[in-house]
Amino acid sequence: MSPKELYARPYTGGAEAQEEMRRTLIPELLREFPDSVRELETPFDIAQLEVQPEALRAVAVRLKERGFNVLMDVGGVDYLPRTPRFEVVYHFVAIPGLWRLRLRVPVEESAPEVPTLCDLWPSAEHAEREVWDLFGIRFTDHPNLTRILLPDNWVGHPLRKDYPLQGERAKHMGPFSVRNRYHAPKRPGDPPGTCGLPRADLGGGD
Amino acid sequence: MSRIVQSGQYQLNVDDLKIAGSGDRMTLSIGPHHPSTHGVLRVILEIEGERIIKATPEVGFLHTGIEKNAEHLTWTQAITVLDRMDYLAPLSNNLGYVLAVEKLLGIEPPPRGRTIRILLTELQRIASHAIWLGTTALDIGSQSVLMYAFHIRELILDLFEEASGARMNPSYFRVGGLAEDVPEGFEEKVRAFLDEMPKRLKEIRTILDKNPIWLDRLKGVGVIDADRALALGVTGPNLRASGVPYDVRKAYPYAGYDEYEFDVPVGENGDSYDRYLVRVLEMMESHRICRQALERLEPGPVNVDDRKIVLPPKEELRHSMEALIHHFKLVSYGFDVPAGEVYQALESPRGEIGFYVVSNGKNKPWRVRVRGPAFYHVFALPAMMEGALLADMVAVIASADPVFGEVDR
Amino acid sequence: MTHHNADSQFFTTTIDKLVRWGQKSSLWPLTFGLACCAIEMMNLVSPRYDMAQFGSEVFRSTPRQADLLIVSGRLSNKMVPVIEQVYRQMPDPKWVIAMGACASSGGIFDNYAIVQGVDEVIPVDIYVPGCPPSPDAVLDAVLKLKEAIGDGRVHGGVMRA
Repeated sequence: MSPKELYARPYTGGAEAQEEMRRTLIPELLREFPDSVRELETPFDIAQLEVQPEALRAVAVRLKERGFNVLMDVGGVDYLPRTPRFEVVYHFVAIPGLWRLRLRVPVEESAPEVPTLCDLWPSAEHAEREVWDLFGIRFTDHPNLTRILLPDNWVGHPLRKDYPLQGERAKHMGPFSVRNRYHAPKRPGDPPGTCGLPRADLGGGD
Repeated sequence: MSRIVQSGQYQLNVDDLKIAGSGDRMTLSIGPHHPSTHGVLRVILEIEGERIIKATPEVGFLHTGIEKNAEHLTWTQAITVLDRMDYLAPLSNNLGYVLAVEKLLGIEPPPRGRTIRILLTELQRIASHAIWLGTTALDIGSQSVLMYAFHIRELILDLFEEASGARMNPSYFRVGGLAEDVPEGFEEKVRAFLDEMPKRLKEIRTILDKNPIWLDRLKGVGVIDADRALALGVTGPNLRASGVPYDVRKAYPYAGYDEYEFDVPVGENGDSYDRYLVRVLEMMESHRICRQALERLEPGPVNVDDRKIVLPPKEELRHSMEALIHHFKLVSYGFDVPAGEVYQALESPRGEIGFYVVSNGKNKPWRVRVRGPAFYHVFALPAMMEGALLADMVAVIASADPVFGEVDR
Repeated sequence: MTHHNADSQFFTTTIDKLVRWGQKSSLWPLTFGLACCAIEMMNLVSPRYDMAQFGSEVFRSTPRQADLLIVSGRLSNKMVPVIEQVYRQMPDPKWVIAMGACASSGGIFDNYAIVQGVDEVIPVDIYVPGCPPSPDAVLDAVLKLKEAIGDGRVHGGVMRA
């Protein structure tokens, strides 16, 4: 008995679906949320809306009702020195409708908070953790907002524009042997597992 | 603390942590250095007997700061670091990034450049699936498949080495085209490989398709249904194995894929075996695309005719002052890209990889955000593992095909 | 044994040589794959490169049974405690190959996340350049290491302890 080889007719026509969405959904959203949703014109294929954080939940619920069943991505952008400084970018896809929509949520530096969407789309849970880890944007009501890519005791949010590329090392450009102190070489007598973390005796950490 | 537990005729010295809670529930930490995790994944399992009650993946052990590094490099240099994310399919990374930048610039390489891109990306897909096949079979217990599968990949890497000079991480696609044209005789070698590959794949399938161990360990293991997969952001072969025919190459054609004929294999149960079958069939579809690409390959330029973006040919540097200036400018400063945001999705061997590129009009990217498909697949593992046996964990992780360079970036 | 007049020095070196011959002829690497280089490391056992012909085909999954650690790929800060533990768990004598640019010096990733060379954490015997090095280069490193072990030039962590 040979295994059953199945082929299916793939979903096609993303470009037409895009056009249709621009005609139908976007004016509808703009009408429903006149104060908090704004269309950002783009020459590229994915339509984008700017949504204020207060209205994000309401817009997201509406999108979910309209068939956006996949939250492809949640990412952050730091637009230093612009205010509001941060932006959280959501990419939604409707399958099989093939609609695609990008929401850009501006976030103030003073109170970097956005409501979480992980109860609506489970895929948001860990992507939001990553945004918190790398940008320091908090997601309110998130069940487990902890660091995901960096060690738990890390200080700072590296993808912020004011975080130096070399991290801790960059703040202390002394002679070569000292410069590399964030990843200070292990010395005899050091407790296990301490290497690579800020050294208290060198004034490491923030 | 530990205590002595009677187990059959043995008295075992068991760590308290492992028998905490209800008495028979055990917490088990697997990884980050473990042969079955395909890299540096740590899974914290709660098990009762042999059954997995809860699995919590922990990632970040390969966090490289690639996105941060890319912000400090010029548009061309960033290709090099982005290469090293999904290290089983670096050319897919290259393609996604250069397509995004080309969208911002509003350029498109000439037909030969586009065809070579598709040809090499599809070869890359075959190589990536071959590694997946080999390592999965190794995890399940068949070492010979690894040897056959790595041989397929080896033949493809020879082709890459010939074209770009590097076996892995070639950085071969550039903004506006390719680093250079493929060498003479390349097409014949690809043709020879394409003649050879189906035979080699058939050998592997002869070993696996009816192998009772293979079937027992994969069938019905790690099942995930379509709705759950979509909600968790699963894409690519893993999603198609659950019966959703979503393929970015068909849904949102890029790089000229709409001109090629190929089918989309799907599964029906969404188990590990379907994921195997979908990948193996996909290799043959890629083979079909490569054949069509070879037929289309006609002599001509591979790069756009724009000296502000593409390096001038080496010979011109000897006698043309202008070419020298262009060369110097491109190598030292790079080129400016108009301000804007663009998201380029493409079908990498693992699923939809997305490049969200933000430009502020300067010679360096302001932000390159990468949506790695494997990141979402890793966090779909708990859904696939729930209620499975401990030994099935190996099969589930292997069949989901995570690549940690892409998960952790 | 028969030369009972010979001084003990002679006797000891012979045992040393015998031990070193044993050590160099059956290096057992650990499957410690980190990043891109891990795939090329796996290639070592593939038919084309076939490390088995040099007695090192047995990749061990547990550090307790391995004496060669091939650090294949970039080492992040989060991974440092893990690699230290793995290194400590390997029995003496043990050797380390830093495979690739990232493991040797941080490579192109001079940033906050990556340790600038694995030798800041554990002692390294041989560095292999390349990004990633081709399997032949790693094979060459393994052969060079064998030679060095045979000549008594590296002691595999014992002298450094």
